[in-house]
Amino acid sequence: MMQPQNLDATFSALADPTRRAILGRLASGEASVMELARPFAMSQPAISRHLKVLEEAGLIRRGRDGQRRPCHLEIKPMIEANAWIERYRELWEATYQRLDSLLEEIGAATGPTGE
Amino acid sequence: MPTTVDVTTPSDREIAVTRSFDAPAQLIFDCHTRPEYVQRWLLGPPDWSMPVCEIDLRAGGRYRYVWRNDAGEGEFGVQGEYREISAPGRLVHTETMDGTEGEALCTLTLVDQDGRTTLTTNMLFPSREIRDQALESGMTDGMSTSYDRLEDVLGEKVA
Repeated sequence: MMQPQNLDATFSALADPTRRAILGRLASGEASVMELARPFAMSQPAISRHLKVLEEAGLIRRGRDGQRRPCHLEIKPMIEANAWIERYRELWEATYQRLDSLLEEIGAATGPTGE
Repeated sequence: MPTTVDVTTPSDREIAVTRSFDAPAQLIFDCHTRPEYVQRWLLGPPDWSMPVCEIDLRAGGRYRYVWRNDAGEGEFGVQGEYREISAPGRLVHTETMDGTEGEALCTLTLVDQDGRTTLTTNMLFPSREIRDQALESGMTDGMSTSYDRLEDVLGEKVA
């Protein structure tokens, strides 16, 4: 299982639209920094900075293929971060549905004026 | 009207849970502060109940909730102190889970508009590690009956 500090890095990394777009591009296959920079109208150093954040969050992996060093998607942390939030949300959903029922019951017993 | 819970992380140390209800704020406030109501809904997974619910509703007063698994396999509690009680719009209290270090500060806000009420619970944790633990374990560690099932699902997806 993922370490808590990584979860936070994942959320921070996903907060940026350029980084989400990079992940979207990598979902269709590996790419070099040059290939990634092309559609974004950004300098390679700017893209490299985004890649560093994504790499530190464990969302991508850099290859060791000589100069090219292609980037790969490392999807696991993203799935885990979303799963934890979603599971937490579902617990509250179930809990608040019980509150809905109780509110309805109390509301019916006390009438619309609250008396 | 369909309603869904929204969960966000406003900062490194916070979790915010928002949901709207088809009821006046005062009624929702009562459901958070009267033991006979709290015991009816604040329960977590379906096979858990809350046999202990003690509430001393005044600033500086304390509360304690204990949940128990119907099968008698587990027990879990939280406790804390009320810091601010402003019915029907605002309730601030601390919260410490049994077996954990560190106290969260919980702020319940109820905004009544056109007969509907928007509830927000903001939880501020002492560190982001403790925040993430709370998020990862769902509502409470001791109540996470679907934890293993989730791990299985995750295992399949990322294997």
